[in-house]
Amino acid sequence: MLATTLILLPIAGALVVALLPLPRLTTAGLAFLIALAEVGLWIVAVSDFDFDDQSAQLGTSREWVESLGISYSVGFYGFSIWLAGVTVIVMAAAIGYATWIGRDRPRAYHALMLFLTGAVVATFAAQDLLFFYVAFEAMLIPLYVLVGVWGGDRRSAATLTFVVYTMAGSLLMLASVVAYGVTQGTFSLLEPGTSDNIWIFLGFAIAFAVKAPLFPFHGWLPLTYREAPVEVAAVLSGIVSKTAVYGFLVIVLPRFPEPVEDFTGVVMVLSAASLVYGSLLAFRAPDLRGIVAYSSLAQMGLITIGLFALNDFGLAGAVLQSVGHALVSATMFLLVGMVERRCGTGDLDGLGGMARGRPVLATILLVAGMVALAVPGSVTFAGEFLIMVGAYENGWGYAAVVALGIVLAAMYVLRLISAVLHVRPGPAVREEALDLRPGELALILPLVACLLALSVWPALVSESSFFDVEAAATTSQESS
Amino acid sequence: MIETPSVDWLALSPTLALLASSGVALMAAVLVPKWMRKSVAAVFAFAGFVVAAVFAGIVFDRSAEPETLLSESMIRDQLAAFTQLLLAVIGAVVVFVSWAERRRDEHGEYYALLTAAGAGMVFFVGAENLMTLFLGLEWFSLCLYILVAFDSDRATSLEAGLKYLIVGGFGSAVLLFGSALVYGATGELGFSAIAAAEAGDDPFLVTGLAMLLAGLAFKVSAAPFHMWTPDVYQGSPTSVTAFMSAATKTAALVVTLRVLVTAFPDESEIWTIAVAVLACVSLAWGNLAALAQSDVKRLLAYSSISHAGFLLIAIAAGTERGAEALLFYLVPYSAMSIGAFAVVAARERELRQQVRLESLAGFGWERPFYGIALWTFMLGMAGFPLTGGFFGKLFVFSAAYEAGDWWLVLVGVAATALSLAYYLNVVRWMYMRTGPELRLAPAGGSPPRDFALGTAVVALVVVTIGSFFAAQPILDYATDAASSLSF
Repeated sequence: MLATTLILLPIAGALVVALLPLPRLTTAGLAFLIALAEVGLWIVAVSDFDFDDQSAQLGTSREWVESLGISYSVGFYGFSIWLAGVTVIVMAAAIGYATWIGRDRPRAYHALMLFLTGAVVATFAAQDLLFFYVAFEAMLIPLYVLVGVWGGDRRSAATLTFVVYTMAGSLLMLASVVAYGVTQGTFSLLEPGTSDNIWIFLGFAIAFAVKAPLFPFHGWLPLTYREAPVEVAAVLSGIVSKTAVYGFLVIVLPRFPEPVEDFTGVVMVLSAASLVYGSLLAFRAPDLRGIVAYSSLAQMGLITIGLFALNDFGLAGAVLQSVGHALVSATMFLLVGMVERRCGTGDLDGLGGMARGRPVLATILLVAGMVALAVPGSVTFAGEFLIMVGAYENGWGYAAVVALGIVLAAMYVLRLISAVLHVRPGPAVREEALDLRPGELALILPLVACLLALSVWPALVSESSFFDVEAAATTSQESS
Repeated sequence: MIETPSVDWLALSPTLALLASSGVALMAAVLVPKWMRKSVAAVFAFAGFVVAAVFAGIVFDRSAEPETLLSESMIRDQLAAFTQLLLAVIGAVVVFVSWAERRRDEHGEYYALLTAAGAGMVFFVGAENLMTLFLGLEWFSLCLYILVAFDSDRATSLEAGLKYLIVGGFGSAVLLFGSALVYGATGELGFSAIAAAEAGDDPFLVTGLAMLLAGLAFKVSAAPFHMWTPDVYQGSPTSVTAFMSAATKTAALVVTLRVLVTAFPDESEIWTIAVAVLACVSLAWGNLAALAQSDVKRLLAYSSISHAGFLLIAIAAGTERGAEALLFYLVPYSAMSIGAFAVVAARERELRQQVRLESLAGFGWERPFYGIALWTFMLGMAGFPLTGGFFGKLFVFSAAYEAGDWWLVLVGVAATALSLAYYLNVVRWMYMRTGPELRLAPAGGSPPRDFALGTAVVALVVVTIGSFFAAQPILDYATDAASSLSF
């Protein structure tokens, strides 16, 4: 039942926020409280969770459309409870940030953010293919409006490319969902069953590759991440991209063993290309958001390498890295937003020298940056290490690419840090620009604290999210 | 002494109820004093539709086995009753949409024609032979010709009426000629009798089938028989457009399904392909042309052509699953279509001019209720989840996939992707334009309160979203209705 409550609480909250004619600040505060309540609920859920049990937990299953075998089925596995956890935390931080800076039209804005929370949690909880598709699409509705209404100057073009790319992927997936469900006679992901149809596999794989995104399906990424409101960009790159990871984990890998085997090489090469290409673009990007956006492309490539390594190390690393990157990326985007608000620009040319007189900003940015560049001992280092080990089992070449990615990450993150904090004060940095305010600190510190806690104890996630694909595949083959 | 045939009055009751209310509304136009003419006519029209809906519900409940009536000219089965119920509800909602339409006087005539058109459609979907089919078609078409031209002080309305009359007349003639050829080939008029005649591949029969299909495609407004649709939808009074886009399409599609399945089961290999081609052409043409529209009613007209394509995919599947999908999809489609036109009507009444995309700028923020409603309808038509339009498309696609027409699924998916461009464009205009682009036509203060329209829109939003969450009950009724056809 808890999974259903986790989905419905923010959606009900969205309705309340949208309908109650409260003053601006009260509306935003109410939304923030609901988001915090969601975090609290998730903590209750995770304390009820039995990590030794490999089946879906805390779930509900109810018939929806019987004749087609569609059901409302939700539940969490070890890895998905962690993904849901970062979702509620990042969403709370994003809503808090929007409250802090006082977004226009707060009723609509916060209702959409809360609705988005519910949709993303639903995606991570979905145990029915059709319900997964519904939740996956439902995310797009609030995102479209959030970027289109509250975005930057070129928001119109940004929403257009974003929607065209994601919907093209989603509709291919819809065709695949129909084909898979009709062939199997059920849409439930709790039932065993596999398919060796390459076309159905490709429909899913491309949809997730667009959502992640992976090279060469990343065309929507730079514009969308640059034009979206900064906390929405944090949500997009931090958690919405992870729905693709979830899709790979519960649909593509266990349901299509043979096509996965045939296409592993292709996916690995594309992921490696995303990693290297994304890192290089991040290194060359002229603005803060560009760096974080392209680093997101690189990190998603890295995570996908871990997934398609098809062994325990790779999978555990991919999940750990997903959780880590969600927090890192959200922290970085929020910090970018805070810097942009002080300087009015995110262009590196205009920035610099902000460390002097702003010790809190400097410290936080440095800590977050160190985690982002995977300094040994950090959660991202643990994730990348696991992925590297997993990739090594598939060939040393992939491991070498992962190592190259780590080096490149250090380059672009250090470039970001020094461009903001060090060198000479840029023309856009005014003397009186403030250090981080207590409100901002209250939003950022919990995220950084989560990162540090996971750095101390990465096994919390990596050891508890174990999902044995090979065992799942063999059991389903035996039963079919 | 002539033996009087027994008449199944219950099966005819929906038609009779609507005819009666039509008569009362017409009398109201002369007998009732002017100040209460509108109320009396509208109340009786609404009552007529409600009574018809109730009777159709009773017939649905009591017709597990199909039976023919009136010398096998009509049929009483759950398919007919389901459609009649849907048509009656559409009519009742349209009464609410029409209530505040600006009109000099002719309220009595308007509601009389509306109910008469409803009666004709209700009769039409119960047809079991080519004669009653044609009779029903002409019956509701004649009423619609007048309704389309009802705003006689607007040139566009008159033009629309003329176009509809000429093109519709041509369509009817094609249908009639097709019926004659089928009669010539088989010597039968009844649908099941035509099937029983087993005329084989008689060229007359096949030509007749093709012409019947073409005649019905005019009413469905499937491309390439859609030429009248944009002009007529744009020119008609908006409430009439709302009625036509939902009711005419529903009636014509169900009758197409029935004729093809009951009368031509042996030719199913021919007509499934023909219908699939019609579907593809409608999808392509409707969606591509909609991209270029700036008048919202025209845009919705092309969107309705593309929806004819989606609905025809269900018929092209030629299976019971397809019939279920068609009947299910008609429910959210009707709600979304009437709803979209109703919101356009609201804007039209506010601005007192034609609604173009530009005149929607900022609409979503100024009129949050109508904005969210139109947003829901647009997302629903685009097949987004959380609206019944999603399940409509899903059922249609799975029926097509089960029938082996996987290529139709791909065409449908591509068409959906294309359609997003213009549906989301409407949303973009409503919400995402700011500053200088937000220049509104002077409306003269806030619009008059229009509770009737608001109620209708609320109900339609509830149906659009409700048919997503409660898909199963609606699908159950659709399944019952589809099972009265023998595949």
